[in-house]
Amino acid sequence: MSTRYDTTGIKVGMWIFLYSEIILFGGLFVLYAVYFYRFPEFFVEGGKELNRLFGAANTIVLLISSFTVASSITALQLGKKKLTIGLLAFSLGCGLIFLINKYFEWGAKFHHGIYPNSDKLVEGEPGINIFFGLYYVITGLHGLHVIIGMVLLAISLVMVVKDIITPQRIAMLDNSGLYWHLVDLIWIFVFPLFYLVL
Amino acid sequence: MDEHESHHILSYGTLAAVLAALLVLTVVTIGVSYVDLGFFNVPLALLIASTKATLVLLFFMHLKYEGQVITWSFIGAVLFLAIMITFTFWDVAFRY
Repeated sequence: MSTRYDTTGIKVGMWIFLYSEIILFGGLFVLYAVYFYRFPEFFVEGGKELNRLFGAANTIVLLISSFTVASSITALQLGKKKLTIGLLAFSLGCGLIFLINKYFEWGAKFHHGIYPNSDKLVEGEPGINIFFGLYYVITGLHGLHVIIGMVLLAISLVMVVKDIITPQRIAMLDNSGLYWHLVDLIWIFVFPLFYLVL
Repeated sequence: MDEHESHHILSYGTLAAVLAALLVLTVVTIGVSYVDLGFFNVPLALLIASTKATLVLLFFMHLKYEGQVITWSFIGAVLFLAIMITFTFWDVAFRY
């Protein structure tokens, strides 16, 4: 009896999981849409409180990291093990930069009394309250996904080093990459909706 | 057994070109956000974001080179999302 390594099956399974993630964040974006429709001026006002520089930097960092993750898969398929490891390590670095940026962003907000259930938000305009509620939930959940993605990439990196992931058995790296790209995809929508509201 | 699977290898050049396009679109979306187009700002921002997302999906996530199962199931997921958003708005838009 042999165990067949079903590359296609593994990949389809991962995509099905990604669809559930898309619907998860999609649902949150529906909330955003409904309340933006309800409180447009306050969403604009809330958006102005957010730092575009941080937002842009994080967007660029994630885009570059998606490139390096995709490149690491190409590198492995071409048998370039050292390059694969280097690219994965760089991608992890990008994730770390993203999280550090988020730490400073949120820290600044907390310092100004803007956090879930703060007096400033609860006693202020409901439109602003809901804007920042959505901001924290969506970027918080996204940040959690960045951490999970980094864990997956780190595991993949170790598996590449130990030759558990090889050009013939690449599914783990492939799927970890897909998860990471999803994290990037979500942020591609988060950035304009929260930071660039006009 | 397909050891020589149809696993298409994306060249670094192609990936770099996609990254360049994504970075350009990022600059565009930031630039456009400084111009007041009234009602059109949000749809335009979403259009640019969707273009970026399409590039990530097709190339980085390899969707352009996948088989029927993944292609159509993805379209199904997007369709579901479209229904979730649209139908919610058919309710909400007539409430306020």
